[in-house]
Amino acid sequence: MSFQVDEQGYYGNFGGAFIPEMLYPNVEELRSRYLDIIADPVFQAEYDALLKDFVGRPTPLFKAERLSAKYNTKIYLKREDLCHTGAHKVNNTVGQILVAKRLGKNKIVAETGAGQHGVATATVCALMGMECIVYMGAIDIERQAPNVARMRMLGAQVVAAKSGSQTLKDATNEAMRHWINHPVDTHYIIGSVVGPHPYPDMVARFQSIISAEIRTQLQEKEGRDYPDYVIACVGGGSNAAGAFYHFLDEPRTALIAAEAAGKGVNSGHSAATTFLGKSGVLHGSKSLLMQTEDGQVIEPYSISAGLDYPGIGPMHAHLFESGRGKFYGITDEEALVAAVECSQLEGIIPALETAHALAVFEKLQAKPNEIVVVNLSGRGDKDLATYQNRLKLND
Amino acid sequence: MTKMNRISALFSKAKEPILNVYTTAGYPHFEDTMTVLTALQEGGVDIIEIGMPYSDPVADGETIQQSNQASLDQGMSVAHLFTQLKDLRQTITVPVLLMGYINPVLQYGVEAFCAKCAAIGIDGLILPDLPMAEYEREYKAIFEAHGLFNIFLITPQTTDERIRHIDSVSKGFIYMVSSASTTGAKTGISSDQETYFERIASMNLQNPRLIGFGISDHSSFMKASKNASGAIIGSAFVKLIGQATDLRAEIVDFVQSIKGKK
Repeated sequence: MSFQVDEQGYYGNFGGAFIPEMLYPNVEELRSRYLDIIADPVFQAEYDALLKDFVGRPTPLFKAERLSAKYNTKIYLKREDLCHTGAHKVNNTVGQILVAKRLGKNKIVAETGAGQHGVATATVCALMGMECIVYMGAIDIERQAPNVARMRMLGAQVVAAKSGSQTLKDATNEAMRHWINHPVDTHYIIGSVVGPHPYPDMVARFQSIISAEIRTQLQEKEGRDYPDYVIACVGGGSNAAGAFYHFLDEPRTALIAAEAAGKGVNSGHSAATTFLGKSGVLHGSKSLLMQTEDGQVIEPYSISAGLDYPGIGPMHAHLFESGRGKFYGITDEEALVAAVECSQLEGIIPALETAHALAVFEKLQAKPNEIVVVNLSGRGDKDLATYQNRLKLND
Repeated sequence: MTKMNRISALFSKAKEPILNVYTTAGYPHFEDTMTVLTALQEGGVDIIEIGMPYSDPVADGETIQQSNQASLDQGMSVAHLFTQLKDLRQTITVPVLLMGYINPVLQYGVEAFCAKCAAIGIDGLILPDLPMAEYEREYKAIFEAHGLFNIFLITPQTTDERIRHIDSVSKGFIYMVSSASTTGAKTGISSDQETYFERIASMNLQNPRLIGFGISDHSSFMKASKNASGAIIGSAFVKLIGQATDLRAEIVDFVQSIKGKK
């Protein structure tokens, strides 16, 4: 079975390009050109140089000794939190802004939830001298004030998405509408492995640097280029796609995804799409989607704004349906416990999203000689207010 | 062929510009759907397009988004809409289209949805996020088995080659989006747009065309109709019914003023 996208833009039963005709010329231009653009050696050299000198790659693969001792296995942390801007998101925005340049675009539009993708987009736009507009849910603008300030300091225009539930889903709708209204000069940098084909594949390719480095680094440290488990959190799923990418066809590696179960999978306050969703179309692709019986999209809930999305990338829906990926639902409380544990055992404060992946150790029961790699997708500075509040750090 | 589709019948005999008006189902109030349809027909509308509300209508601007949400908040669903329309053809004789997004249709079941449309007397569908390639692969046979026309959109950015292909798979008419925009984003018709209308008119397509987006009054309606069979009004109408105090009278008046009958 293939886990890569097919000619029609599908991963098994999921994917495609369900877009209005107004977006067809843009998406078709991207589809017909992205592979050639990425394969061009000049592009590759420019992308690699920016990842090295601007982003700070390769990121370390760190043996977490005290976590390993606690769970009686070998745990490695892939330190995406050390990327410039504090998360893996920038791997994709560096790649896409180079694609945008080659498509002759001089304006960028993006959506953001917690603000990490917005900051990563504003950062590369500043670097390349491109105009940047970021749509963000009005509610998220309020609860993620530091990232809003970062984007504005970088010169981006942050626009409040006031429709619907005023969070990530609606910010994505607004970014798509902006693109419909500005089809000629603007490129839309989607932040996750969602959206119409070829976005899920293109974003996965730009994030695949994560698993490429894991292979090389494991070879050096362990004498083999694959782990027994790769664990990553999944909202839309871009960091997971990058961490899984080079192991998709490696049967010795189990692919483990941590979804946000919020207050519990069946609590009515959850974002665990593989548990609660069914096949549907949102934001240009067919995938698993949390929705009512009538097909209206349900607003999910998670303590983590980055996992607060009612869908999941089509690649992940296929990994789930085919059984290739194993999905865990991690509650807010479990994530908070794991965040404290990683902070106090390893000296690394993880993002709340990442904490969901770290909470899987408890459930995994890996053997002592097995190798577990967890993608430490982002750092926790942006979540300090939540940590302060929920963990009573100021009392 | 048994009975001619009402859309084809209309275009074959129409002598004056055709007016298609979009209205959101269950708006402004849940029970208003049939009242609005009846008033539209009384005013002299030629085609009615009923919007099936959706939580995430990406091709629509603020006015239609808000009407969708207001309708959903009152409990509207595809199933409820079908119930409201069950006696449609006892009063409404003009062609009726359903417009909406693909996800609620998928959840209802494409086959069941089309069967229900046919039973009620719906003539065609406009599903902007159902792409042509998907339609041809998976939906065309089902739509056609139920006598439903699928109406495709073209925009100023659509290439001639693609327009020809769309023309070859279209039935009824082609929905010509007047500018690169969401619904209700712009008003009026510029000279650039007229050039685009003329370019498409000179292609001699087999299907007639209606022009939509940016049409809001008699003048823009007549301007658009110079290079097409007629035009479509959405946001301007939804705005009107959202504020109307006498729904029936204001709708009749609106339709007559657009058509210049007043």
